[in-house]
Amino acid sequence: MRSVTAVSGGAAPEAAAKSPSLFRRMWRYRWLYLLALPGLVYFLVFKIAPMWGLVLAFMEYNPYAGLWASEWIGFKNFEDLFAGEKFYLMLRNTLAINILGLIFMFPVPILLALMLNEVRHGIFKRINQSIVYLPHFLSWVVVASLTFFLLSADIGVVNKILVTLGHEPITFLTNPNYFWFIITVQNIWKEAGWGTIIFLAALAGVDPRLYEAAVMDGASRFRQIWHITLPAIRTTIIVLLILRLGNMADVGFEQVLLMMNPLVMSVAEVFDTYAYSVGILRGQITFGVAVGMFKGVVGLVLVLLSNYAVKKMGHEGIY
Amino acid sequence: MSFVATKRMTLFDFVNYTLLALFSLLCVLPFIYVFSVSFTDPKVYVPFKFYMFPEKWSLASYEYILSTNAYINALKSTVFVTVVGTAIGIAVSFMFAYALTKKQMPGRNLMLGMVIFTLLFNAGILPNYLLVKELGLLNSHWSLIWMGLTNSWSMILIKSFLDSLPPELEDAARIDGCSDFAVFWRIVVPLSMPAIAAFTLFYAVSHWNTYFNALIYLSDSEKWTLQVLIKALVIDADSNSQIVGADARIVPQETIRMASIMLAMAPILVVYPFLQKYFAKGVMLGSIKG
Repeated sequence: MRSVTAVSGGAAPEAAAKSPSLFRRMWRYRWLYLLALPGLVYFLVFKIAPMWGLVLAFMEYNPYAGLWASEWIGFKNFEDLFAGEKFYLMLRNTLAINILGLIFMFPVPILLALMLNEVRHGIFKRINQSIVYLPHFLSWVVVASLTFFLLSADIGVVNKILVTLGHEPITFLTNPNYFWFIITVQNIWKEAGWGTIIFLAALAGVDPRLYEAAVMDGASRFRQIWHITLPAIRTTIIVLLILRLGNMADVGFEQVLLMMNPLVMSVAEVFDTYAYSVGILRGQITFGVAVGMFKGVVGLVLVLLSNYAVKKMGHEGIY
Repeated sequence: MSFVATKRMTLFDFVNYTLLALFSLLCVLPFIYVFSVSFTDPKVYVPFKFYMFPEKWSLASYEYILSTNAYINALKSTVFVTVVGTAIGIAVSFMFAYALTKKQMPGRNLMLGMVIFTLLFNAGILPNYLLVKELGLLNSHWSLIWMGLTNSWSMILIKSFLDSLPPELEDAARIDGCSDFAVFWRIVVPLSMPAIAAFTLFYAVSHWNTYFNALIYLSDSEKWTLQVLIKALVIDADSNSQIVGADARIVPQETIRMASIMLAMAPILVVYPFLQKYFAKGVMLGSIKG
C-alpha cells in the first residue's frame, strides 16, 4: 500500500488508486445501509406506497366488484369536482383563510420578535418567551375547546359578560360572518409566539457594536430598529413570505374540521374537509381521492414555484 | 440585543414592556380560566361568572373524571401511542438521517430525493386511510404509531443537525478501528443529545395531540385517545346543545369539561419548562439562514 489518500466524509479510508466496483463501494457502507434500512422501509411503506392509491382518482368506485376492480373513467371525477357548486366555495374559503392569515398573522411574529429584541431585562424576556411559545404545544382540540369556553352561546365567557350587561348573546360559533375571523385569531394565538424563534435567532447574530455606534451618532430607538434590526432579518422575512405563499393551498385541516358545524359549512368547507366527508363519511372513495389529489397537485406546484423564487434570489431553498 | 450604557426605563421601554406583557397575558388567560373553573367546587359554581381564581377549591371534577372508565382507557391508549411512537420514531429517524449525511454512499441521493419528494407531495387523506386499511391496522393503536412516526421535515432538520457535527471525531474513531455502526452509537448519538431531546419533545407532543388520525382510524370508542374523547365531551356536547337546543342532551358539567381539558394539557405543561432550553435550538437546526 503506497498511495493512501485520505477519504474525507466517506467511510473507512481506503486506497483510491482504482475506482472500486459498485459492490465494493456498497460493502464499505454496509453498516450505514443497516442504519438506513428501517427508515427507508418506513418511508417506502407509509409515504410512497399510498401514492399508488392515487390511481383511484381515475376510477369510478364499484362497491360490488371491490375497490381495486373499479372501472376506469379517466378525468371524470375531476370534471365533476370542477363542475360542482362546492368547488367555487372551497376555492374561495381556502383563499380567504390564507389571505387573512397573510395580512394579519404573518406580521405578528416579526413585530413580537422586534419587541422582544428591545427588551433589556433578561428575565422579563425569558418569561415572555416561555409564555408565548406555550400555545404552540397545545392540540387543536384543546385550542378549539378553549374557543368554545370563550365564545359559545350558552357557556362562553364573552356571552356571559354580554348577558350580565343586558345584551343578547351572540352566536359567534354558528354565524358564518365570524368564522374566518375566529380561525385567523386562533392561528395568531397558537403560532405567533412560536414564529418569533426564527427571527430572534437571526437577531442574535447582530453585532452589538452596530447599536453602540448608532447610539454614538444619536440614533433614536426607532432609528436603530429601522436601520440595524430590520435589515438583519429582511432576508428571513422575504424567504418566509415566499414559502408562506407556497403553502396557499393548505388550510389548517384539523383546526377547520374542529371549528366547523352545519351552520357555517358554506364558509368552512375546504378541499381536505370535503375529501374526508365525501370519501370516508359518504363512501365515495374514488371521488374523495380525486379531491385530495387536486389539492396536493396545486400545493406541489405552488411550493415548487416559491422555492424556485427563493433560489433565484440567491437564498437556500427548503431543499 | 442592544446593550446601551444607560439602563434607565424610557417611554419606549415602558410601552414595549406593557404591550409584551399584554400579549403574554392573552396567552395565559384561557389557562387561568380553565384552571380556576376546573378546581371550583361544582356545587358553588355559577355559570354566569368569570373566574380568575376558584372561590372554593375542590377536586370533585377531577375525582369524577378519573373514576370514569372512558377517561382511564383513553389515557392508557394515549400514553401507549406516545411512548412507543416517540421511541421508535427517534431511533428510526436519527439512524436514517445519519446515513443520509454520507454523500459518497451509493443510493444516498435517491433516498434523500425520496424524503424531499414526500415533503412536497402527500398522497392525501384517503390513500393513507386505504393503506391503513390494507395493512389491517384499522382500529389498532399501531395505526397512530406508524402514521405519525416521523415526517420528511423532521428528517431534513435532523440531517442538517448531523451535517453540522465536526467530522474530526468521527474520522478519529474510524482510524481507531470503529465500524460505522460503532461510530454512530459512541460518537454521533452522544453528540446529538440536544437534538434528540428537542425531537423527543416534538414527536411526543405530536403523538399526544393527534386528533384526526385517531378519529378516522379508531372506530371503537374503547380505543379512543384523549383528544377524541375530549372533542366528544367538550365540543360535540356544546355544538349539539347550540343547534338542537340546550335541553336535547345532558351536557357534562362545565367544571368537569374544564378538568378534562386540564388533564389533556397536564403532561405538556409539566415537561415544558424542563425541555424548553432544547426546543428553541431544535427548531432552528438547519433552518433558513438569515
